[in-house]
Amino acid sequence: MNPLRKQRLLIVLGLVAGLGTAIGLVLYALSQNINLFYTPQQVASGEAPESARMRVGGLVVDGSVRREADGLGVLFDLTDGQGTFTVRYEGILPDLFREGQGIVANGTLVRRDYFEAEEVLAKHDEEYMPPEVQQALEKAGHPARKSGDAEKSPDAAY
Amino acid sequence: MIWSTLTRWYHQLGSPRYFYRFSDVVLPWLWPLALLVTATGLIWGLAFAPEDYQQGNSYRIIFIHVPAASGALLGYVAMGVAGLVNLVWRMKMAEVMIKAIAPFGALLAAIALITGAIWGKPTWGTYWEWDARLTSMLILFFLYLGVMALINAIPDPRQAGRAAGLLSLVGVINVVIVKYSVEWWHSLHQGSTLKLVGKSSMPPEMLTPLLISMLGIYLLFAVSVLWRARAELLWRERKSAWVKELH
Repeated sequence: MNPLRKQRLLIVLGLVAGLGTAIGLVLYALSQNINLFYTPQQVASGEAPESARMRVGGLVVDGSVRREADGLGVLFDLTDGQGTFTVRYEGILPDLFREGQGIVANGTLVRRDYFEAEEVLAKHDEEYMPPEVQQALEKAGHPARKSGDAEKSPDAAY
Repeated sequence: MIWSTLTRWYHQLGSPRYFYRFSDVVLPWLWPLALLVTATGLIWGLAFAPEDYQQGNSYRIIFIHVPAASGALLGYVAMGVAGLVNLVWRMKMAEVMIKAIAPFGALLAAIALITGAIWGKPTWGTYWEWDARLTSMLILFFLYLGVMALINAIPDPRQAGRAAGLLSLVGVINVVIVKYSVEWWHSLHQGSTLKLVGKSSMPPEMLTPLLISMLGIYLLFAVSVLWRARAELLWRERKSAWVKELH
């Protein structure tokens, strides 16, 4: 390679490396803002600010969904295996909302153990399969596919 | 052996005249093939692949969404490589390639964003969220538009090519961010189903049509790039002898 081209190559690669590092550092510094939601662990440890608007995300604890007798209010527990708190939401839940499923809720943390949601979004994982396969797996007692996903692998749905 | 073949191709395709003749040979069968493969993948995926146990039929948009998104990412990387070649070796063909890649890449990025929004409403419950993956993909779309705008804003094609090359190369950083956004941060978007190493989390009866659709989109991308590059070459080389010989 002739010296001029070599010099240009070094300058260009240096520029990209420098800019890449700068952007990487900025993103690292801003990671708290880039993260879409706080995890139940962050809520339990006090990292998430109380009585501020924010999003929380986690898995709906199996068997924890209960509806209020009057109105549309729903209460359920959210966990990531490291912390758990109760979420209250008034409104229509998304179709994919079910126990053991990951969700993201937007609202206010009233107390360390109580979150008042204004919006609930359902997360879904990257696993796709036909219904028959899923039923067969469940019948065979495949551990990863049972609806009790929450306790087995709390991180699976993030 | 392989290296010397690659360098020979590189130098041959770097010559406008050779590139034009190469596209003459390739295009007549490449475009019908691209349409056929895309149609096969889409029809298979949209009509014949089994439905998903959780999302039912609404997951089928994946057969458009994922090929478009991966094509947009791959296209940007290709544009970045052309940018690097142009900045270091000042190759005219690289300028032409940047200009030829950008419009189809922008189109694919737009399709990925729109199908993602359509998919998001029934599954997540929202069209849009300022999530790391969604936001970085929107930035990718703007980068494509930026490259196109830059080329059109500077009258001198050589200067335009250099400026656009720099933006293409630097923008590749964003491609890395898009790719890893779902792993580095907590996001609403799920992780990748297709994995470069290891098993994809999809059974073969869904995976096969998805891979065929992706191949189809890549081939369509190649056809679009060849067509645009030919038109650009004819315009740029309009005074040269080989273009005049064409008619």
